[in-house]
Amino acid sequence: MAKFSFVGGIHPYDGKDLSKDSPIEDAPCGKELVYPLSQHIGAPASPLVKKGDRVLSGQRIADAAGFVSSPIYASVSGTVKDIDKRRTVTGDMVMSIILENDGLYESVPFTKRETADNLTKEEVISIIKDAGIVGMGGAGFPTHVKLSPKEPDKIEYVIANCAECEPYLTSDYRRMLEEPEKLIGGLELIVSLFDNAHGILAVEDNKPDCIALLKKLIKDKPYLSVKPLRTKYPQGAERQLIYAATGRKINSKMLPADVGCIVNNVDTIVSIYRAVYEGRPLMERIITLTGDAVKKPQNYRVKIGTLYEDIVEYAGGFKETPEKIVCGGPMMGFAMYGLDVPTTKTSTALLAFTKDEVSASAPSPCINCGRCLEVCPGRVMPSKLADYAEHFDEEAFLQNNGMECCECGCCSFICPAKRPLTQEIKSMRKILLAKRKKG
Amino acid sequence: MEEKAVSKFKVSSNPHIRSRVNTSAIMLSVIIALLPATGYGIYNFGLRALLIILISICSTVLTEFLFGLIIKKSTIADLSAVVTGLLLGLNMPVSVPLWMPALGGVFAILVVKCLFGGLGQNFMNPALAARCFLVISFSKYMTDFDCDAYTGATPLAMLKAGENVNIYNMVIGKIPGTIGETSMIAIIIGACFLILLGVIDLKVPGSYIVAFVIFIVIFGGRGFDPAYISAQLAGGGLMLGAFFMATDYVTRPVTPMGQIVFGIFLGVMTGIFRLFGPSAEGVSYSIILGNLLVPLIERFTKPTPFGPGKGGRHE
Repeated sequence: MAKFSFVGGIHPYDGKDLSKDSPIEDAPCGKELVYPLSQHIGAPASPLVKKGDRVLSGQRIADAAGFVSSPIYASVSGTVKDIDKRRTVTGDMVMSIILENDGLYESVPFTKRETADNLTKEEVISIIKDAGIVGMGGAGFPTHVKLSPKEPDKIEYVIANCAECEPYLTSDYRRMLEEPEKLIGGLELIVSLFDNAHGILAVEDNKPDCIALLKKLIKDKPYLSVKPLRTKYPQGAERQLIYAATGRKINSKMLPADVGCIVNNVDTIVSIYRAVYEGRPLMERIITLTGDAVKKPQNYRVKIGTLYEDIVEYAGGFKETPEKIVCGGPMMGFAMYGLDVPTTKTSTALLAFTKDEVSASAPSPCINCGRCLEVCPGRVMPSKLADYAEHFDEEAFLQNNGMECCECGCCSFICPAKRPLTQEIKSMRKILLAKRKKG
Repeated sequence: MEEKAVSKFKVSSNPHIRSRVNTSAIMLSVIIALLPATGYGIYNFGLRALLIILISICSTVLTEFLFGLIIKKSTIADLSAVVTGLLLGLNMPVSVPLWMPALGGVFAILVVKCLFGGLGQNFMNPALAARCFLVISFSKYMTDFDCDAYTGATPLAMLKAGENVNIYNMVIGKIPGTIGETSMIAIIIGACFLILLGVIDLKVPGSYIVAFVIFIVIFGGRGFDPAYISAQLAGGGLMLGAFFMATDYVTRPVTPMGQIVFGIFLGVMTGIFRLFGPSAEGVSYSIILGNLLVPLIERFTKPTPFGPGKGGRHE
């Protein structure tokens, strides 16, 4: 049973009006493109090219290094300038292939397919794997792994995550309006991989135009349905989305497949469509460039590997020097040191704010108001967990279900004392997860 | 060139947006919500009531300010000292000598709040703890409700003695008592304001009042007598306590279940104190006792995390 929502959550200012009404525009790329070898969860890809090689657009330049890994494709033609460590959005230095764009945009040929009916399930999954498709909503989990659960017969729902609950972001919204047939076609492909599956397009009800359009397009497809969900952050978080769409619950230790669900993001599904029907590997994605410091907030179709500074330059630069720059949504994105970092498969947006709301108010003592508990979609006690994290009390942190936190940021957002709750909990979780991995 | 621009950006962990509500805004809303009760108290008891409230507020704010000087940390701006001072003033009879609100304010802020670590660390409601301290130490003044406007027993004392009371006057507030507790209507107007703003909810006051009503219906000896029940609800500090002091964030449980348990405990304790204790009042002591049980209550009322309980296939 669908619940259409979940307990907790927040209603921040959504800022979507800034960019939602302009159509997606192609952003050209600059002279240099950078491809970090690790832009997905799993083993970093291993380079197939060396310094000085000439590559074509659509050529595989790095191969998957194992099952949980993903290949990387050049998105322009040019010469490999170097293979070296480069800074990425998180501030980490990651081994990357650096390509000098020769401006010719010569491409390898792509073979189109009229129909996918003659492909076996294994062939479809292998096309997805070879196309380098990963979860493009932010996590970057290789999609072919997600689509290969232990018991494919038990998958009952394939959910297209069209919630786009992060404020300011409108890339999925524009995709749904401009290329709905690709989204639906991609979803049909995934549904066809599982004998007992039904496809759900889960859309927040602040996008009534998308809901109406999608409903019209799937009228004759009984194996698909559109589910309008209540608009609330984090409606698009995997666990909350599954619950809202199907009424099933998973905890942090389970996978969606454990309750018969598979969730994919809009851009991922469209990329699957393009890989299967157009033969194109993952080379581009939609990025929302927005925020009050941006001259022309809009969605851009960007070649993966393009540096953020090139996109900003193309878009006319900033109105005012921004105080903060965020890659991704304002709730879960990363604040960046600079714009000289590349877009990757998982880049969703670039936000530039003239005022940083975080540094505007200093943290003060907790007054025990309980707002963080009320809004926590994981139903844990953020104020207490942050205390335990601060004192590094591992036992109390674990006993109070600290690992169930999904780092959505609701607690920090709502806290009247402006405590960095999410940050405290997040760093503690990171340490404990690393420890667990080590064994 | 780019490098220079780079260093200008602020970098911090997610989320990058914050709600506009802060601690001072919450405290300010509580102060505004107390204004109807304050206004009625001054109207009811005269300008001396205003004087007492002002002395009380000056005392709490000044104490917090001076303590801030000692520990080199100013916390005046959060307005919590003003709330404490106002509540303390509202909890005093109008006839107390003027040094009492001053002494109470120092006790509330210095002993109950600052020495335990300041805002958020006190385990008792400072205003109530100070009131209890004054009642115990100077009971003659603190339980003397004779003043220019009223003489004679409070309605609750009359009820206890088996006499009849005028419920209409009790609801309006035309009765003797402490400055801010007499008018049920003024208090409820303020409480509605806080509930509409989302500053408090009904979990604590609702379960408190319901539990109290059930208790007096069973043990009050009058059965289900609406007149008696309304008089019990309107009398004494029950309304002020339930909506403004039991709901104090710092000293009530933070867990939703815990808040209901806390409210029920307060209701039962108030019932016991009122029916079986020597005095007709009992709200302050119930809340103070309840405050002490908060860590225990929280421990047993942890919320269940989202998900199908413990376990899952990847345990």
